[in-house]
Amino acid sequence: MRLGDDDTMKFIDAHAHMISRTTDDYEAMAASGVVAVIEPAFWLGQPRTNVGSYLDYLSTLVGFERFRASQFGIRHYCTVGLNSKEANNEELAEAVMDLIPRFALKEGVVAIGEIGYDEQTPLEDKYFRLQLDLARELDLPVMIHTPHRDKKRGTTRSMDVCIEHGLEPGKVIIDHNNEETVREVLDRGFWAAFSIYPCTKMGNARMVEILRHYGADRIIVDSACDWGISEPLAVAKTAKLALQSGVPEEHVRLACYRNALEAYGQSGQMSEEDWLNPPPIDQRTLYEGNSILRGGRPPVVEARRSARSADDLVIE
Amino acid sequence: MKAEVNIESGRNAAIALLRDWLFRRIDEAARTWFEEQVSLLRSDSGDRALYTAFGLMPRRLGKKSLALSADDAGAAAHCLEGWKPGDWSLVDAGRILLLARLPGSNPDFARRFCALCRTADVAEAISLYRGLPLYPEPAALEPQVGEGLRTNMRSVFEAIAHHNPYPKRYFDTHRWNHMVLKALFIGSGLAPIEGLDERVNDELARILLDFAHERWAADRPVPHELWRCVGGFARGDALEDLARVVCSGTPLERRAAALALSASPDPAAAALLERMPEIAQAIDSGRLTWAELE
Repeated sequence: MRLGDDDTMKFIDAHAHMISRTTDDYEAMAASGVVAVIEPAFWLGQPRTNVGSYLDYLSTLVGFERFRASQFGIRHYCTVGLNSKEANNEELAEAVMDLIPRFALKEGVVAIGEIGYDEQTPLEDKYFRLQLDLARELDLPVMIHTPHRDKKRGTTRSMDVCIEHGLEPGKVIIDHNNEETVREVLDRGFWAAFSIYPCTKMGNARMVEILRHYGADRIIVDSACDWGISEPLAVAKTAKLALQSGVPEEHVRLACYRNALEAYGQSGQMSEEDWLNPPPIDQRTLYEGNSILRGGRPPVVEARRSARSADDLVIE
Repeated sequence: MKAEVNIESGRNAAIALLRDWLFRRIDEAARTWFEEQVSLLRSDSGDRALYTAFGLMPRRLGKKSLALSADDAGAAAHCLEGWKPGDWSLVDAGRILLLARLPGSNPDFARRFCALCRTADVAEAISLYRGLPLYPEPAALEPQVGEGLRTNMRSVFEAIAHHNPYPKRYFDTHRWNHMVLKALFIGSGLAPIEGLDERVNDELARILLDFAHERWAADRPVPHELWRCVGGFARGDALEDLARVVCSGTPLERRAAALALSASPDPAAAALLERMPEIAQAIDSGRLTWAELE
């Protein structure tokens, strides 16, 4: 596999907070083979203090960001939900819970998420459960954010609560796994996602070891790139490293593309047709004037002359 | 008053037509579901039912185009002047019909329309604005439509500006002029704007000439359609601008400049046109019109 060529592998980055990223990132992701991204609703690095800013955030996810991605030949999907940190502000949480059903059926919303625990407080638990019920009512998959601290226990508890609320493990994606959590997640029949995020969550050399050990069934690799020091090319780089390390191509394809499509495709809002052969009505609304990935070809993104270099002086 | 009555009956005829088109293209289950939503919304004025019906529309009606025939397009124009639903999808039709059939005297319509716009996804925003000619209380929607024009999404802007008779009828001159300028600014076409030639005005011509000068100063091309809104007001200095295009423009730009000159009220325009005898003759004989340059 050669990244960036016509015969490049296709990737889905199943967890990417693109509103925090630049157009350079979109270009680089498209050039690396990313055809679709899933942007989970989350917090913004600091808490929102009123429901209005939440409403505008969710409309950006289903509106402008979707459009912006399409300018680079990338299909944008999202998940909506009240995140665990902001669930601790009860007044905000109550108001946001009225908004979630309004957004859950929008085009391209592929799950309720990312929801779950942060500090594992009673309020976090309350709104997690309410949103699981909503997901079941609307027949949508769920994306679970597992906590950074007390992760192992928080992960187990998240799955217990999902089962308690009658969700099928096959419709729940547990994200931010590591070596300590992956076994139980897979054994219980959930999808196990890994965020390749520098310094904090998971590195890609470790990820390659996990692929070697567990294979690729129900494993999803994503970048979780956001406003922090993160890597929007994490999926492509992990795929490349895995292939170089002798992981079978089919396993790479599953972990970096096919599994995400299968898991989130259960929403009925995401299918390969969206990027390989979009219906004409879609081309009019989202792809006008852009390259379309007909015949499975990756998007045409012009080779950039070192976009980040100040030596490229002329701005036209 | 008579005009208002005619518009109201035209609107009702358009709604009936749209229902007929939609129902001929969807199956029995979808028809039943749709009628249930209409009935539900007649009794349930809560927002959740409306949002859910909106959200379910692509799931129930599918993602195909409405695919109208030439006869259908003719029937549309017969109901409402300038109504051109040729690009509409089945989902556009369903959403618009649902809104158009909300209880007519509902004083809340504008509020609900604004709330839907505020949380719309891209396709919903397009549907919402495409449907403007068919809604009750159209004048009350104008501020929200102005908000819609501020979008950065070209397809949403065009849902308002193109093939839509609403701006021509409800926008004041300021709003109208800025819509035309923005269309040029974002590389969108002017020809699909309903009422383009009827609503040209002196101020718009001045704004567009300034825009042309800005583009020239930046060494960027000036869209040839700009001259369509300038010609009727081109006098004095504006003729010098047109002379510049006549001398150094591309063949397309020169023909556009010639058309503008032919509409100029300034007698000096004739002398400039004489520099392009073949084009001038094509205009005289009706062979060259703005429609040829679209």
